[in-house]
Amino acid sequence: MADTARTIIDKIWDAHAITTREDGQSLLWVDRHLLHEGSFLAFDQLAAREARVARPDLTFGVADHYVPTRNRDAIVPEIRGMVEQLVGNCAEHGITLFGLDDRRQGIVHVTMPAQGLTLPGLIVVCGDSHTSTHGALGAYAFGIGASEVAHVMMTQTIWQKRPRRMRISVDGRLPPGSTAKDIALTVIARIGTDGAQGHAIEFAGSAIRGLSMEGRLTLCNLSIEAGGRLGLVAPDETTFAYLRGRPFAPRGDAFERAVEDWRALASDRDAPFDREVVLDAASIAPTVTWGTSPEQALPIAATVPDPDRVADHGSAQAVRDALAYMGLTPGMALGDIRIDRVFIGSCTNSRIEDLRAAAAVLAGRRAAVPGLVSPGSSQVKRQAEEEGLDRIFRDAGLEWVESGCSMCVGMNGDIVPPGERCASTTNRNFKGRQGPGARTHLMSPAMVAAAAIAGRLTDMRPLLAGRTP
Amino acid sequence: MKPFVTLSTRACPLPVANVDTDQLIPARFMKQPRSAGYGAFLLHDLRREPGNAAAVLDDPRHAGAQVLVARRNFGCGSSREAAVYALADHGIRCVIAPSFGDIFASNAVKNGLLPARLPEEQVDELLQDALVLGGGPIEVDLPSQTIRVGNKVFAFEIEPVWKTQLVNGWDDIDMTRSYAAEIERFAAQDAAARPWAAPAG
Repeated sequence: MADTARTIIDKIWDAHAITTREDGQSLLWVDRHLLHEGSFLAFDQLAAREARVARPDLTFGVADHYVPTRNRDAIVPEIRGMVEQLVGNCAEHGITLFGLDDRRQGIVHVTMPAQGLTLPGLIVVCGDSHTSTHGALGAYAFGIGASEVAHVMMTQTIWQKRPRRMRISVDGRLPPGSTAKDIALTVIARIGTDGAQGHAIEFAGSAIRGLSMEGRLTLCNLSIEAGGRLGLVAPDETTFAYLRGRPFAPRGDAFERAVEDWRALASDRDAPFDREVVLDAASIAPTVTWGTSPEQALPIAATVPDPDRVADHGSAQAVRDALAYMGLTPGMALGDIRIDRVFIGSCTNSRIEDLRAAAAVLAGRRAAVPGLVSPGSSQVKRQAEEEGLDRIFRDAGLEWVESGCSMCVGMNGDIVPPGERCASTTNRNFKGRQGPGARTHLMSPAMVAAAAIAGRLTDMRPLLAGRTP
Repeated sequence: MKPFVTLSTRACPLPVANVDTDQLIPARFMKQPRSAGYGAFLLHDLRREPGNAAAVLDDPRHAGAQVLVARRNFGCGSSREAAVYALADHGIRCVIAPSFGDIFASNAVKNGLLPARLPEEQVDELLQDALVLGGGPIEVDLPSQTIRVGNKVFAFEIEPVWKTQLVNGWDDIDMTRSYAAEIERFAAQDAAARPWAAPAG
């Protein structure tokens, strides 16, 4: 029956295809549409057509991209306007909004899964490339542009071409200190930021199965940095246990019925993939980026590359350009790179387990540089405070602030000053990403915590000796 | 949407790979409505960086260029359609590169901007071509999928669906509305088949 064996990617696709045209484009049903302040461009398109949101009951908004993380009582008018625009648009169209004062406010890719709005087998879209995050729950989730957001608003559907399928298998046991972030950076360094272009990724293998739901969210979040349309993990007991009892997840018999359907989503044994990538978990070390693209990542014990030793002219030029921007010399040890500040937050690494991992390193220690800790949601913030994690961060000298996209993208004014270097738990080390002239090094929360203490990039494993991470 | 058939213009060579959408338009410029125009923000920080190749945008030899030639993975990164607005409002109607970020390419087509794919070696050839470097004429013909520079002709690739859409200036939403009955039927059947898919609460 090899001919009919299907991947989870195809099973979800087939269940959502309303029609398929001769040119191969399918019109897909959308189960959840998530909005944020940036969605104003799409609302403007709707207004220009005098159109309405077709299914406000399947549309959810949250304020995250522009929200201030400090002094929410004294917001500058320009930023206030961005949030008020979202409030007004959601109210006009009858869309549920987790606004600034809502207990559920947070980064869209942190708070929506935590609310049980993301479920296995759903198609989830949002005008944000990190929508791939939701694939952790076995959802088919991808980022779209403003015109597509407007299309989904008006029709609850989207035109897509069936993606090629890629399976990334990670087998074996991750060494202590290596995390989902390190798996992701290792994969991206291996296949490149366009390695998964045109593909939907299924993450599989024992090391992936062994990840917690929060680890899977981090991993799938970074699928887009490998160029993937989306990345997902087939739902399993970890998924079901995570979802049970979440506010918007099905309840009682409906939940049990759903679990039956969800179990059937896993890729069939002989399902064909267009590309396979296999990694040995044991070989994955704590990893940091040194350049201006997420593919420019290396294990912490490595040295900065020398462009003169790069054979390909174009690549050598890219290395030279990245080193010039980052202010680094070829051949220097990554562990010798001094930093000016740290940031712990973003849709990649701001959940409770991330904060616990950073706090385990920081407890009883002082940071040598200033830094910001922004929990992924107001809910995560409350939980961290109940656990006393906020005290650990504060006692270490870091700022404990409200939830939002914050210093990952700098839209709310939380930026890294020009020329400064930041160890960051975020997803993009692009030039200027954290502010004009800012230099970003991506790594896991525990690695950022270690960098904060050392004042330079460093291996966090010695700092964890004798501690429970 | 304005149809894209042929283009007779000059090109801007940008010999850089992985030009991400944060470079195309830094996040701080995305607060304004589209009607205010995004052209001034195109590659805002990169073209001001000393010695950066993006300074070509301000080179008088390439003034008014409607074609941009770049290396692989152009438009990777975020889903911000403002990256396309910045290009389009600056006057760029076609980007030639070996590959594009998926979301960027889709956004481009929705705004009448042609993402034309050429093999890496041919992009290199274009980037070193004296006519391209000197701001000489370049022609893009979408129906025949060709790019002409002097006596050289390059055949580019584009998704057939996108080609049809660009050539006709079609709008997705009007097309989708013609499927209203199918959508309604699907939604009803689906609600019965997957009762758990509706948000509880």
